[in-house]
Amino acid sequence: MFGIKADWSLEVFERYFTLDDYGAGGDVRWCSGCGDFAILNTVHRILRDAQVAPELSVAVSGIGCSSRMPHYMGTYGLHGLHGRALPLANGIKSRRPELDVWVATGDGDCFSIGAGPWLHSMHLNMDMVILVFDNGIYGLTKKQTSPTTKQGTKTNTHPQGAILPPLNPLTITLGITNISFVAQVVDWNPPLLYETIKAAHQHRGTSFVRVLQRCPVFSEEFTKPLQDNPDQFTLLEHEDGITIDDNVKRLFHNVVEHDPKDWLGAMKYARDQENIPLGILFKDPDAIVYEDHSSVGVGMTNEEKVAGLNAAFDKFSI
Amino acid sequence: MNDQVTTAKQLPIQEPQKIDEHIVEIVSDSGEGAQKCGQTFGAIGGKMGNGIWTVEIIPAEIQPPARTPAGGSGNRIRVGSKIMTNMGNEADLVVGFNEQVLYARIANGAYKDGTIVLLENKWASDPQEKIRDEYAFAVDEFKKNGLIVHELPMEEECLKIVKNARKGKNMFVLGMLCRIYNRDPKLGLNEIHNTFKHKGDKVVKPNQDLFNSGYEFAKNNLEYFYDIPPYEGSDKDLDRIIVTNGNTAVGLGVMASGMEMISMYPITPATSATHYVAEVYHNVGGFIHQAEDEIAAVGFAIGASYAGKTACTITSGPGMALKTELIGLAVMGEIPLVIVDVQRGGPSTGLPTKVEQSDLLAALYGEPGDAPKIIIAAATIPECFEFVIMARKLAEEFRTPVILLTDANLATGVQPWLRPDIKEEWFSAPIDQSPWDKKVPAYDWDENTGLSQRPIPGQPDGMYVLTGLSHTERSKVSYNSETNQLTSQHRSRKIAALQSTLKAPVIHGVDSQEDEGDLLVVAWGSTIGAIEEAVNILKADGHKIASLHLRFLSPLEPGLRDIFSRYKKVMTIEINYSDDPDGPMITEENRRYAQLANVLRAQFVVDIDCWSVVYGHPLQPGLLVDELTKRLDAMNA
Ligand SMILES: Cc1ncc(C[n+]2csc(CCOP(=O)(O)OP(=O)(O)O)c2C)c(N)n1
Ligand code: SF4
Ligand SMILES: [Mg+2]
Repeated sequence: MFGIKADWSLEVFERYFTLDDYGAGGDVRWCSGCGDFAILNTVHRILRDAQVAPELSVAVSGIGCSSRMPHYMGTYGLHGLHGRALPLANGIKSRRPELDVWVATGDGDCFSIGAGPWLHSMHLNMDMVILVFDNGIYGLTKKQTSPTTKQGTKTNTHPQGAILPPLNPLTITLGITNISFVAQVVDWNPPLLYETIKAAHQHRGTSFVRVLQRCPVFSEEFTKPLQDNPDQFTLLEHEDGITIDDNVKRLFHNVVEHDPKDWLGAMKYARDQENIPLGILFKDPDAIVYEDHSSVGVGMTNEEKVAGLNAAFDKFSI
Repeated sequence: MNDQVTTAKQLPIQEPQKIDEHIVEIVSDSGEGAQKCGQTFGAIGGKMGNGIWTVEIIPAEIQPPARTPAGGSGNRIRVGSKIMTNMGNEADLVVGFNEQVLYARIANGAYKDGTIVLLENKWASDPQEKIRDEYAFAVDEFKKNGLIVHELPMEEECLKIVKNARKGKNMFVLGMLCRIYNRDPKLGLNEIHNTFKHKGDKVVKPNQDLFNSGYEFAKNNLEYFYDIPPYEGSDKDLDRIIVTNGNTAVGLGVMASGMEMISMYPITPATSATHYVAEVYHNVGGFIHQAEDEIAAVGFAIGASYAGKTACTITSGPGMALKTELIGLAVMGEIPLVIVDVQRGGPSTGLPTKVEQSDLLAALYGEPGDAPKIIIAAATIPECFEFVIMARKLAEEFRTPVILLTDANLATGVQPWLRPDIKEEWFSAPIDQSPWDKKVPAYDWDENTGLSQRPIPGQPDGMYVLTGLSHTERSKVSYNSETNQLTSQHRSRKIAALQSTLKAPVIHGVDSQEDEGDLLVVAWGSTIGAIEEAVNILKADGHKIASLHLRFLSPLEPGLRDIFSRYKKVMTIEINYSDDPDGPMITEENRRYAQLANVLRAQFVVDIDCWSVVYGHPLQPGLLVDELTKRLDAMNA
C-alpha cells in the first residue's frame, strides 16, 4: 500500500494489513441470519481502515454467543468469564495503555451478571470500545429472559411472558459519573453501524455502544418490528457526533440535530420508548481516563526502583 | 492519695534482677496511645539487642465506648534474650489505663496467677459512684484471681506536667516501663523526639518530661527492676534490623518482586498491606487499583497479567470465595498471578480480626473442576516478604496462579528482622515484545513437565485467544475428549515438575538419628514459633519429639512419606476446626480432621492425627506443651 507524504513523495508502508489480518474469512460459528456477523465485519473493517497492528489490538469478551467474537479476530484475544469481560479489559489497559482494546459482551453478560463491572467500568472510563450485542435474550443458553427482554415476551424461564418492563441500558449508563461516550445503533444498517463504531473507536475513553442485534433463532420479535418500521427510530446527527449519508437518511424519516455534549438532551432521547434514538447520545472528551493514573510509573528503571525500595526499607530501620 | 500506691516503698537503688524474657501488655481505651507506647517500647528493646515479638491488641469496634471490655486497645510485647518467634504464654506485667479494658484480656487467657498489673487509680475517686464501684469491684476480683495489682496515680503525676493527661499518659507509662526493664532512657527520649519532631519543641518537650517523670516514679515507687540482656550476636545485626509487621512485609515483597500492580478490595485483616503500599508504591513505579469487589479485583489483576505485567491481588477468606471462578480461568488459561490470602476466622464473616488457618482446603480445591495451582504458606514475617518474590517467579515460570497464605497473626505481629540486600534480579524482566515464532503454538506444552512459554500482546505473530474453554495447543476451543484429558494432565504435571525441584523439609528438634522415633508434629504457617518452642521444652524434658513445618502445600515438599515412616505417631497442629475424637457422636468414621491432616492423610494413607483449635488467637507454647505431653504420655503408657 502507498501513502502520499506531506512533501508529495511516495511513502511505502512497511506493513499493510488486510481484512484477513484481522480475522476476516475465518470459520465463524454463529447461526445464519445472526446480527453478530455484521458487527464482526464492521470491526474488521474499522481496524483495517485504521491500520492498527493486529498484535497491538486485544479483543476481550465474557460468555455468550456474542462473546465468541475474539475467536473470530486475528488480534490477541481474551475470552473471559460470564460478566467479567470488563475487569479483564480494564486490567489489560491499566499498565499497557498503548494496546487497542475492544470488548464484546451481551445483554445478559453486561446488564445482568456483569452489571457491577458495567457501572464501574463506565466510571473508570478507560480507553476502549464496549460493544453490547443486545438481542434481548440469552442466546447461548437458549432463550431465557434477559434484562432487556420485552415485557410479555415468552421465554423458557417465563413461558407465560416476561413479567417486568425491560431495563433501559441507555438511561442507566448516562446516569453514571465520568462517562464519556454513549451510543446506540442497529446491526442491520451497515453504514450507520460503521460510522457509529468508528466514532467510538476514535474517541478516547470508554465508548459504550449498544447494538440492537438480530437473533432470528430466539428473539425475532425483539428486532423484527424495528426492521419493518424504521419510523420508530430517531437518528441523531451532529458535526461532533456522526454525520449521516443521505442514502441512510432516506431510510429513517426522523433525523434530528443533537449535540452530544448536551447530557440533558441525551437523557431525553434515551428515555423515549416511541422514538428510539440511534447515533451518538453523549460524548465528553474531558472525562478522566483511568489509565492516565494507573499507568504512572510504567517503564521506571531498575535503578529508580532500587532507590525507591531502599527508601521504603529505611523507614523501618530502628 | 499516695497511700493508694499499695506496695510502693521508698526503695534503695538496687541491682536489676536478670531475667530471660518478659511479656508486657499495655492496654487502654482506644485513642489513649497505648499502641504507640507499646511500639516504642518494642523498638527500644530491638535497639538494645533483644528479641521482640509484638502483637497489636485491636478493639473489636471502630469507636468503642470508653471503659468497656470491647474497647481495649494496645500492645503485647514479648521481649527477651533470644530471637522471638511467637507471642509466648501469659503476660508477666500489664499496664492498664482502666480496669474494664483488662477484662477482655483476662477472658482471652492473657494473664496468669502472678501477673503484675499496674493500674491507673484515678477511677477510685471518680465523681460517678458507678465508676468507683466498678473499679473497686474489679480490683478486688483481679486480686482474688491471683493478679498482683498496684494502683498507681498515673493521671495525677501526668497532671503535674500537662493539662490533659489523656494525651501523654502513654509516654509516662513508657518512662515507667523503661525504668522497670532497665532500658537506656536516652533511647526513649530519642524515640519521642523522632515521633514528635515534626510538631516542634512544644510537643516534644512535655512528652519527654512525662517520660522522665514516669521513669522517676517507677524508680522511687516500684520494687520491680529487671535486666533482659541482648541475645548473642545481636550487636552485629543491629544496624541491619528493621521492624515491621507481616502485612508490611508482604507489601515490601510486592514492591521487591517487581509486580507493578495490586488490585484489591478492602477486607480485614488484609487491607493494611495495601494501606502501606499505597503510601510508597509510586516510588517504585507501582499502582494500587481498588476495584468494586473481589471478583473485579482479581479480574483486573488477570487482565494486567495477561498483558505481560504479572499482578497481585490481596484478600482474606470471604474475598477468596468470590475470586474462585476467575482463579479457575487463570489456571485454565495459564496466566501467572499472585494471590495473597491473609487468613482470618471463618466461615462467612466469622472473626474478621482474628487468626485462623482455615483456607487451606479452599485454596487447594475451591474452584469447580480440577484446578491445580501452586500454594505456599509463609511461616514468619521475613517469609511474608521473601515468599511474594518467590510467588511472582513461580507464577511466571510455571504459568499459573500462586496462592500465598499468611494470616492475621503474621499480619499484625511485629518483629525485628534483617533488612535484605535488594537484588535487581527480583524484579520482573521487561516484557518481551520481539516477534513470536509462528511455528510455536501459544501453549507449546512440554510433554513431561507441562511447561510452556506464553506470547504477550504486542508480540507480532504471537496472536492467540486465551479462553477458559477447553482448548488445543493453539488455544482453539475444543470439545474433543482426548484434548481435555491431555491438557488437564499438562496443567497437573506442572505441579509435579515443581515438586521435583524442591528439597525435603528440615526436621526441627532432631540432632541425631536417635532423636527420631516417637512423635512428629507437622504444621504450616504462623504457628512455627510456638510449636518449635514447645518441642524444645519437651525435648529438654527428655521426650523424643520433633516438628516439621511445611512451606509448600501444593505441591507438598518431597520426602514426607519417608519421614513419616520414621515416627511412631505423626500429628498436625493447626488453627482450624477439627472434631475432638472423644467428643459425643464422634467416631473414627465421622471425625472431621484439621485441614493439613486431611491433605496428608489423603496423600500418604497414613493415620495422621491432629490437634487444632479456633480460639481466634495465636497458639501459645505452654498450651501446646500440655497437649503434647498428654499425647506423649499416652504413647509411652
Ligand atoms: C457464572 C456463569 N453463570 C451462567 C453461565 C451460563 N451462561 C452462559 S452465556 C449466558 C447468557 C448469555 O446471554 P447474553 O449475554 O445476552 O449473550 P448472547 O448469548 O445472547 O449473545 C449464560 C447465562 C455461565 N457461563 N457462567
Ligand atoms: S442464537 Fe441468536 S445470537 Fe446466538 S448465534 Fe444464533 S442467532 Fe446469533
Ligand atoms: Mg443476549
